[in-house]
Amino acid sequence: MKQENLCINEMNLNFLSKSANESFARATISAFIAQLDPTIDEITDIKTAISEAVTNCITHAYKSEIGTIYINCKIFENGKILIKVRDKGIGIKDIAQAMEPLFTTGGSERAGLGFAVMKSFMDKLRVSSKVNKGTTVLMEKSIIRRNITSVK
Amino acid sequence: MGIKLEFLENKLTARISGEIDHHSAADFRQQIDNFINKKKPEKIILDFNEVSFMDTSGIGFIMGRFKTAYNLGIKLKVINIPKKLERLVKLSGIKNLGILE
Ligand SMILES: Nc1ncnc2c1ncn2[C@@H]1O[C@H](COP(=O)(O)OP(=O)(O)OP(=O)(O)O)[C@@H](O)[C@H]1O
Ligand SMILES: [Mg+2]
Repeated sequence: MKQENLCINEMNLNFLSKSANESFARATISAFIAQLDPTIDEITDIKTAISEAVTNCITHAYKSEIGTIYINCKIFENGKILIKVRDKGIGIKDIAQAMEPLFTTGGSERAGLGFAVMKSFMDKLRVSSKVNKGTTVLMEKSIIRRNITSVK
Repeated sequence: MGIKLEFLENKLTARISGEIDHHSAADFRQQIDNFINKKKPEKIILDFNEVSFMDTSGIGFIMGRFKTAYNLGIKLKVINIPKKLERLVKLSGIKNLGILE
């Protein structure tokens, strides 16, 4: 195995789908990836993407109940960050349609841009879903390593 | 972190500070819409100078207030959007509403 592809750390975070936890999720992920010494811009991109994924679980997946949101985050020696956000909510029937910019089932206070933002702010985005089973959003971003020695 | 409302000569200025997400936007929306219903301002200014973070809930918040204002014949402007929010704002296309200053 190539040294640079080593997973150097991993974390799991489970919490209730309460909107107060949106900022909690952002802050926690930021703190975790700080080990890779990201720039402010890189942190902002990742915080925004996480916020979108978590907000979707709260406003769509669990729109009429409180459920659990599961986040898994892995960081790699080469600066890669993998984030998985999963819910056991209502699921998405047509993923391609859901990912189209401006498509929303959320009413007039939603822009329908969450997936577009995740796609543009991260390097990779993959969505899988089953109706009434839940949705998994997988995001990947590589940040530029400047201070390799900061991770032990 | 929060919202400060200022009413002067029929102009409502809402200064928002801190993070705008789905959680905080719900509160900001309620405060502004309550104020609009009570005082019927002629003009609304949303000042984003102190906004430190925003996701698409902030875009939805702006679009929502724009629609509310438009339907009531109120002029609305969004001012002082910080540089760090530029990418999100650009991606959203809200520049086309002609309300950003
Ligand atoms: N976790 C999820 N569970 C069920 N449906 C989802 C989930 N995430 C997204 N969706 C569906 O996909 C649509 C598009 O999501 P997207 O995040 O792009 O926009 P939005 O959430 O509607 O608006 P915005 O994110 O701009 O506030 C949603 O309106 C919803 O119908
Ligand atoms: Mg969304």
